[in-house]
Amino acid sequence: MYSWIWRHLPGGTGSKAFLALLLVLAVSALLLFVVFPRVEHLLPFTDVTVD
Amino acid sequence: MSRAGDLVRTGLRGIGQLLLTVGFVMLLFVVYELYVTDILAGQAQDELQDELRDEWDGAVPGAAPAPITPVEGEPFAFLHIPGLGAGWERAIVEGTGQDELAQGPGHYIGTALPGQQGNFAVAGHRVGRGSPFLEIDELQPGDPVVVETADAWYVYRVLGDPATGDFGTGPVPGQQIVDPTNVSVISPTPLAPAEAPPTGAYLTLTTCHPEYSARQRLIVHAVLEGGPVLRADAPDGPPALQEG
Repeated sequence: MYSWIWRHLPGGTGSKAFLALLLVLAVSALLLFVVFPRVEHLLPFTDVTVD
Repeated sequence: MSRAGDLVRTGLRGIGQLLLTVGFVMLLFVVYELYVTDILAGQAQDELQDELRDEWDGAVPGAAPAPITPVEGEPFAFLHIPGLGAGWERAIVEGTGQDELAQGPGHYIGTALPGQQGNFAVAGHRVGRGSPFLEIDELQPGDPVVVETADAWYVYRVLGDPATGDFGTGPVPGQQIVDPTNVSVISPTPLAPAEAPPTGAYLTLTTCHPEYSARQRLIVHAVLEGGPVLRADAPDGPPALQEG
């Protein structure tokens, strides 16, 4: 998968590396601010109440 | 190179990349729980505090505390615990759902209100989301827990013997660790049946235990000391706020 992405990024090695870094940051941000807040209530780590 | 060898190599590389990706996502989730939730909860808590201060601003403190009618999801009081640090305060929101607790400590709906006979019970996160209750295990018997409402202050003291530091000197301990299903800790009289009449004005804090786990609950019980201190008499709060 990663080699496929690498092959399809445009430009030389420098431009590829920069774009790859951007992709990693974008995916991280998506996970941190969109995906995790929506799925974490399915996990039991954060229960603090008695019920 | 044989075709079979290529297939094996591609397959192994795929598995390797998958494992790396899973590891990265899990690390990222830890970062989220420990840091990102702090930022989000910090913003939400700041908004709650501003909202409550604005609401109270301009209100003329009465000669007697007016009844409080908390609305689910809305802040209605401040919790001050000097033992957790000078100036430690959090806005308490009504309700203990995930949405409420993501903003700050939440009041168990149906339990007593500040100063009332019964049990004013509040849940808060131990790790992440601002970690409001991270260090409540360090509260000692006699330590003040002050609740501030629109027109009054209520000073609660952690139960137990301040001289020896023993939490378990009375019928209600100052601190205990219980199973998550043990709802008797938020009964009107802690540890009594839920339908038993209140025998005093208690305050109970619940959070998870041990840290980074939700296996048990850490409970701190306190009892009201004296009556309400009117804001009109003490605009900056009771002397207990300066302790610790």
